[in-house]
Amino acid sequence: MHHVLVDQWSQGASPLHARDPRAKVMVLLIFLVALATTAPDAAVTLTIDAALLVAGILIAGLPPGGLLLRAMAILPFSLTFGLISWLAGDRLRAIGLAEKSYLSTAAVLLLVGTTPLPRLLSGLESMGCPRLLVLLAQFLYRYLFVISEQAQHLRLAAACREGRARKNRRSKFRAAAGALAVLFARSYYRAEGIHQAMLARAFAGRFATLNPLRFRATDGLFTAALAVLLILARLP
Amino acid sequence: MHIPDNFLSTPVWAALDAVSISAVGLMVKRASRELEETRVPLLGVMGAFVFAAQMINFPVGAGTSGHLVGGALLACTLGPAPAVLVMTTIIAIQAIVFQDGGVLALGANVFNMAVAGVLVGYWPFQLWGASRRRTAIFMGGFLSVMASGSLALAELLISGVAMPQAWVFTSLGLFAVNAIIEGAITISVIQALEKVNPGFVQQAKRSSGRALAALSGAGVLLGITGFLLASSAPDGIQRLGQRLGISTKPGFDTPLANYTLGHFESAWLRRAAAGLAGLLLIYAICTAGARMIGRRRSA
Amino acid sequence: MTPFIEVRDLHFQYEDGTQALAGIDFTLHAGETVALLGANGSGKTTFVLQLNGILRGQGSVTVCGLPVTKENLAAIRSKIGMVFQDSEEQLFMPTVLEDVAFGPLNQGLSPEQAIEKAKLALQQTGMELALGKAPYHLSAGEKRKVALAGVLAMEPEILVLDEPTTFLDPPGQRNLLHLLRELPQAKLIVTHNTRFAAALAQRAVFFERGRLVADGPIEEIAQRFDWAYSPFPDADLRYSAQRRF
Repeated sequence: MHHVLVDQWSQGASPLHARDPRAKVMVLLIFLVALATTAPDAAVTLTIDAALLVAGILIAGLPPGGLLLRAMAILPFSLTFGLISWLAGDRLRAIGLAEKSYLSTAAVLLLVGTTPLPRLLSGLESMGCPRLLVLLAQFLYRYLFVISEQAQHLRLAAACREGRARKNRRSKFRAAAGALAVLFARSYYRAEGIHQAMLARAFAGRFATLNPLRFRATDGLFTAALAVLLILARLP
Repeated sequence: MHIPDNFLSTPVWAALDAVSISAVGLMVKRASRELEETRVPLLGVMGAFVFAAQMINFPVGAGTSGHLVGGALLACTLGPAPAVLVMTTIIAIQAIVFQDGGVLALGANVFNMAVAGVLVGYWPFQLWGASRRRTAIFMGGFLSVMASGSLALAELLISGVAMPQAWVFTSLGLFAVNAIIEGAITISVIQALEKVNPGFVQQAKRSSGRALAALSGAGVLLGITGFLLASSAPDGIQRLGQRLGISTKPGFDTPLANYTLGHFESAWLRRAAAGLAGLLLIYAICTAGARMIGRRRSA
Repeated sequence: MTPFIEVRDLHFQYEDGTQALAGIDFTLHAGETVALLGANGSGKTTFVLQLNGILRGQGSVTVCGLPVTKENLAAIRSKIGMVFQDSEEQLFMPTVLEDVAFGPLNQGLSPEQAIEKAKLALQQTGMELALGKAPYHLSAGEKRKVALAGVLAMEPEILVLDEPTTFLDPPGQRNLLHLLRELPQAKLIVTHNTRFAAALAQRAVFFERGRLVADGPIEEIAQRFDWAYSPFPDADLRYSAQRRF
């Protein structure tokens, strides 16, 4: 599964992995905003942006082919709209859509490929994201794979019992609805089990934080240097 | 329906980021009052459920199948405020981990699907859940997808993304089909759930507060108006975007202008401009009003 | 000697009306290991959930001298450590270290102290290399050991294990057995695996429809209720695949 691969990438140990997640988020935002406001024909800016991304991928020790390939997932969508713009005479916008959307996707992939999601969430929390949402995301991510696997099993089980008799659409529809209800119920009772496990270990209403993040001088340098680079690249 | 980055013009994505931050912030405050962190695992797990549920195919004929989006279902089982938070988290994770939807465009996607989509999905249930339950739930699913889709379309058009009129109508048609599927899936799953455990589904109570009703009403209004705007004057919206200076379309006329039919006169433009301004005004008033009501209640 | 656990006349009914416990009397002394046997649905799990106040019934339950009431819950939950049947639900934090440190943090320790306790507990169960891993990357046996570590990190005096051999392969079961044998805590083991129980406990109690119908040496109980894994008959070749249905 896609997110399992990205999860594996994020467990690496490069200098980029070691950077404080807040630094990386700030750099990503500057990158995305600069890119969004860049004209489609600013070749110098776009080349510098692309070069920075490739440099980042190499420093992080991530498979360049793999990452760049995954970023292509955005292309069907953007190329379709690009085609429409091209046919409408707005060729510039068409090219811009394609290249900028690709670079944006690669940049986001680089962030999640070098930052384990729980760490990223801690960073977002300290940057002002509400704790409730951060905890929600943490639990969602924790059980995403587990419940997705369960859904696959339900699909497989239903397919095994389909047989050759062509059941009508209504019953298949209702069967799928039943499968969803079962998945819902299992998830709900799983949440109850989690709740009991929390209580059993003396949970008293608040989750305590364990890994405080520390924004070091290196992180400050990293953020400042890249911010300057990106803004300078944007200027022409 | 997840809009990637670099499709919306800067004023549009920036404004929607601001709107979403305030709307979701409001929901966080509301949910924090009702549940402590003990209920967070439930919300997280149900979020994972919706993710997984989106993989299950519902056959709808002609070899196609639809799947659940989940806004209305979550609202009817967890309640509207938690549902907004769960959907917001889902969309954020889809954007960041799966690169499905942009990061700068997160505000737009969250607004369309997690705020408007959920509140509009809950609105019929809140009003008619006690009397005409099945219809209300179906309407919720239907309006939820219709609103999210139309809003997305309107946002793209106003940013100057080129779309032939035929395309806009086809998209709206597709949204309508998906909306019907969502309504059907939502009601079947809720009926199946009630057989498993009636306690899973909320009791439609009016006590959810005037703030919520105001926001939901605004959401429906926005959704319906977005739909009308998008369907009646796509080119008009594009020109509107140019006039307001929020479109990034260069100033020359395109062959697409010829697609418009004779009855799109400037009167429509004026109405459309007023409509859009009015929408934003309504939303601002509702948000401010909701905050005031919230404050008075807790005082 | 004051008993570690004392239960008198415990009744409990679920919301849907099922009478799960119908008058239980039970005593556990320091250092004892007791096997809880009985059919599915006979009340074993419901019973253990009463001991740390997750479920509340009628009757008296006293743990280490403290009656199970709202005020004592925090203290009691530090004294009783429970390893649940489903480790997936027990390991709910993003990483192993965070999960094992969850208990100590709730006990009021500082993050540094909690991490220390967590590392010790992981060493105790042989899982110190899994510190930074996410739980879904672990095998069933590894998850079980991490769950046990999460409980041991709180330094309880009583261990409750609900079906601990579920999903474990034979080497995994042996591994767990050796681990549990080293632990000095009093233990309550809910299980169907009588052989496993007999290797750890000398005493067993038998549940039947919400009541304790027997309390005595484990071999005796296993024989009386025919509850042992008796050797299976040899494969009967008359039932081979060649036979047509």
